[in-house]
Amino acid sequence: MRKAQKIGAVTVVGGGISGIQSALDIANSGFKVYLVEEQPSVGGIMARLDKTFPTNDCSSCMMGPKLVELANHPNIEILAYSELLDVKGEPGHFQATVRKKARAVDPEKCVGCGICASKCPTKVPDPFNGGLSERRAIYVPFPQAVPLVYTIDKEHCRYFTKGKCRICEKLCKNKAIRYDQEDEIVTLDTGAVILAGGFEPFDARRKAEYGYGLWPNVVTSLDYERILSAAGPFQGHIQRLSDGKTPDRIAWIQCVGSRDSSIGQDYCSSVCCMYATKQAMITKEHERHIDTTIFFIDMRAQGKGFDRFYERARDEYGVRYVRSMISRVVPVPETDRLQISYVEGSQSPKQEEFDMVVLSVGLCAHPSTIGLAGRLGIDVDAQGFCVTDPLDFVATSRPGIFVSGVFQGPKDIPDSVQQGSSAAAASTALLSEARGSLIHVPPRPEEKDVKGQKPRIGVFVCHCGINIAGVVKVDEVAEYAMTLPGVEYASNCMFACSTDQQKEIKRVIEEKQLNRIVVASCTPRTHEPLFRNTLREAGLNPYLFELANIREQDAWVHQNEPGSATEKAKDLVRMAVSRSSLLEPLHDFSYEVVQRALVIGGGLAGLTAALSIADQGFPVVLVEMTPELGGNARTVYYAQGGGKPAAHVEELIARAESHPLITVYKDAYVMSTMGSCGNFNTILAWQGKHEEIQHGVTIVATGGEEYKPDEYLYGQHPRVMTQREFESLLINDPARAATFKKVTMIQCVGSREPDNLYCSRICCTSAMKNSIKLKEVNPGAQVSVLYRDIRTFGQREMAYQEARKRGVRFFRYEWERKPEVKADGDRLNISMFDANLERQVDMDTDLLVLSAAVRPRAGCKQLSEVLRLPLDEDGFFLEAHLKLRPLDFATAGYFLCGLAQGPKFANEAIAQARGAVSRAMTILSQKEIVAEGVVTEVNPDLCRACGECEQTCLFAAIKVTEVEGGRKQAVVTQALCTGCGACNAACPTGAASLAHFRDKQVNAVIQAL
Amino acid sequence: MSDTFEPKIVAFLCNWCAYAGADLAGVARMQYPTNVRLIRLMCTGRINHAFLLNAFRAGADGVMVSG
Repeated sequence: MRKAQKIGAVTVVGGGISGIQSALDIANSGFKVYLVEEQPSVGGIMARLDKTFPTNDCSSCMMGPKLVELANHPNIEILAYSELLDVKGEPGHFQATVRKKARAVDPEKCVGCGICASKCPTKVPDPFNGGLSERRAIYVPFPQAVPLVYTIDKEHCRYFTKGKCRICEKLCKNKAIRYDQEDEIVTLDTGAVILAGGFEPFDARRKAEYGYGLWPNVVTSLDYERILSAAGPFQGHIQRLSDGKTPDRIAWIQCVGSRDSSIGQDYCSSVCCMYATKQAMITKEHERHIDTTIFFIDMRAQGKGFDRFYERARDEYGVRYVRSMISRVVPVPETDRLQISYVEGSQSPKQEEFDMVVLSVGLCAHPSTIGLAGRLGIDVDAQGFCVTDPLDFVATSRPGIFVSGVFQGPKDIPDSVQQGSSAAAASTALLSEARGSLIHVPPRPEEKDVKGQKPRIGVFVCHCGINIAGVVKVDEVAEYAMTLPGVEYASNCMFACSTDQQKEIKRVIEEKQLNRIVVASCTPRTHEPLFRNTLREAGLNPYLFELANIREQDAWVHQNEPGSATEKAKDLVRMAVSRSSLLEPLHDFSYEVVQRALVIGGGLAGLTAALSIADQGFPVVLVEMTPELGGNARTVYYAQGGGKPAAHVEELIARAESHPLITVYKDAYVMSTMGSCGNFNTILAWQGKHEEIQHGVTIVATGGEEYKPDEYLYGQHPRVMTQREFESLLINDPARAATFKKVTMIQCVGSREPDNLYCSRICCTSAMKNSIKLKEVNPGAQVSVLYRDIRTFGQREMAYQEARKRGVRFFRYEWERKPEVKADGDRLNISMFDANLERQVDMDTDLLVLSAAVRPRAGCKQLSEVLRLPLDEDGFFLEAHLKLRPLDFATAGYFLCGLAQGPKFANEAIAQARGAVSRAMTILSQKEIVAEGVVTEVNPDLCRACGECEQTCLFAAIKVTEVEGGRKQAVVTQALCTGCGACNAACPTGAASLAHFRDKQVNAVIQAL
Repeated sequence: MSDTFEPKIVAFLCNWCAYAGADLAGVARMQYPTNVRLIRLMCTGRINHAFLLNAFRAGADGVMVSG
């Protein structure tokens, strides 16, 4: 067999948020990526969401920057509207066959102007909006689609169904319509494959008793996302479908297609409790008067910040929660209302009427991914989710093929994102020898020196088909531009962004010796990178470019006022020209990266991270505070769903201690750290001396610890122990464990209380796991679990089912009336108020097991001060963004994983550690980091070292420092400067000046108003 | 002041939120009066008092900062 070098490319199947994260991580660490997406655009389900919990950030706003990065990435090839057919070969050397479906539109020619769709005569219910609005037969799924290429829906297109029409072909100025286009089969050489096929929402019609599809005012939660969205079918106005009236009362029914054995949907979908809570809150924000009621079984708020979110919804927003399963929805005769019957606690059944009912549908494995798994020989479980190694979430049954996102199991966005990173790390570790072999480094033509030249400005005014030209008189704008000072050339063009036009711009730059370019077209947020690149190719510095936004902020918002819209376009061009004449060439700068990592914490997460970096071929320093590696995992003997974390961590310790690329410091801690992303200098205290470490990135994996309760007689009575102590007993002395005839567990000890308002995530599942184990060693044991909500989210629900099947008894208590425990000699008496039965229950027990909370390590606070990294309200480290940057810190070069970030299972900690490495590799794999030239500069003659700038800077990028000659002045660390310019505003003398947004440049725009 | 008075409004917008919002208004085809001129900054933290005063000096009747 040939021993050729592995292929430095990865094929990612699925362009939802998980696949996008994998693609970006991989492409940013030196590999080529093929991103295969079945739909015409990437974005997945997240693109259809309005807001996201628990921050209520706008979903598409958060995704926007990622989509833009994806679309412009030189090393990512997006194969949208395509499907993976087969993968042959072996890890490192696969051939992936992909069918590129015919869009009937040439992607090279289509510029996404949308004129075809505006005139297409065929209207089709829009699946993106859940069929609540219409789109045309030629369409993009949503306005920010990537790639922004139209597709003909052949099932509905008049030409494809009836053989005539061809209106789009006539209208397309770029001749992009290709009715005869055929599917194309391509073969991709790829080293690894990631399956991130995502999910399909449960089909609510399968629960006919809820009336979806029968009664118009019953909608699914995904329909409701679109109803809430300002970009949705009703522009964010909440209305019933039957008559468009604003509803007064809305009900949510939870677990539709989840936790439902009757239809084979046994698992919990993990996300519905929180999204329903979010939807109810947003509903209240839209229309304060709407009554919102959520019917639920258990409130599953197991993630970071979720319990606070839930309590806020209930206490501040007035969202009503009713703990009751709903068996059906009945229309109220002669009205558009719907009736729900429910039973709360031990009370008699009640009926209530609602104007609208939202079904919180679950997450199902995507049928096309299940089909793909079949073709690739990948094992899936009974529900169609991918079978993985119990401790390694991303490893499928076929080596070299990895999984991420909901195809592995139901999960929320941050978990999908971190798993996307984790799968990326697993692929790139496999291919590390081929790093850099297939990436494209764009050539950089020699740059013309324009210093001292007077401005020679070229202005290009775009029609954007009729998008702009239909409102604004573009030729008049171009003529006007010619009259402005410094303008040497002005013209109008059909599509400024088309490939042909880029050639034309370059030609004109050369011919007219232009040194500034203004394009009047669409928003710089999406198109500035394209035009800057054109300047670069023409030998002009890319910062000598300015966009005038005459589409989004003119033609589109003044469609009925062509006269004043044209005047406004002229004003915008004048402002842009005025600014452009003062633009200066800027250079992105680069600095060398120390290609070594520092990992703080030698538990399961830290060890996994260190080994994963070493597997990528880079040296690591691993620091552990205690004299021993392994952390908590050493006493996590077995995991629900399989796997033995304790045995696994022993293997990791042995590997780490003998790995040539890993240096381990035990009984050591970080004293101080200096420097910035790519180049840190850290001092460790170790064996009474100081060790200095140079490194490029820092991964924080300092872990957590079990809370030692000061209640329920813990520490006072020998028969009271924590869940972890009980696990030790079960494994190390099963014979003794079997002697306890009655065992009682109390959940939420130290969790979900005013001072610790968070869920510890693992305790419910641990209780199930240990109950089942006890039943195995002693089937006659009576096990009682005293709980508040059972939070066995995702497939962990099966453990709950199993425990119930084995006769474990469950009693629900409420925090206001916690159980009381009294010693009775060797045994204990427990009295509690059962919140379901609504009566007092007394029981005695031989053993009391407390599911004690997961707490951050005591040393976290001190370390956070040393590293200048933030902690959250509960004392865990705080990531850069709860949703889309769960593994990064806001400060560049720092990453986090494991219990340091929040409570989690062993396999989640492993996945996170790998994910953090994937994020870190985007820096560590570069010999040098290139940073944008838009940073603040300090004029030493004006700086008086007052320190105002330093106090303003959120990123510690500007500091008063002693410079040569003993003088003090503000100095900018370019690598940390984000270019916000806050220091400029704070500077009393004008010494701090942000390149590209200098006072004179901004004032030039203002003066040209 | 006559009935036809149309104020000239200048808005300084943060690239990441308000400016993106203005773009989205365009995508959604929300119609608003033409007498507002938007100036994009990477962060509204960049704004100093002089910008605001200069805008008035340049003829603005109202200045908005959104970010």
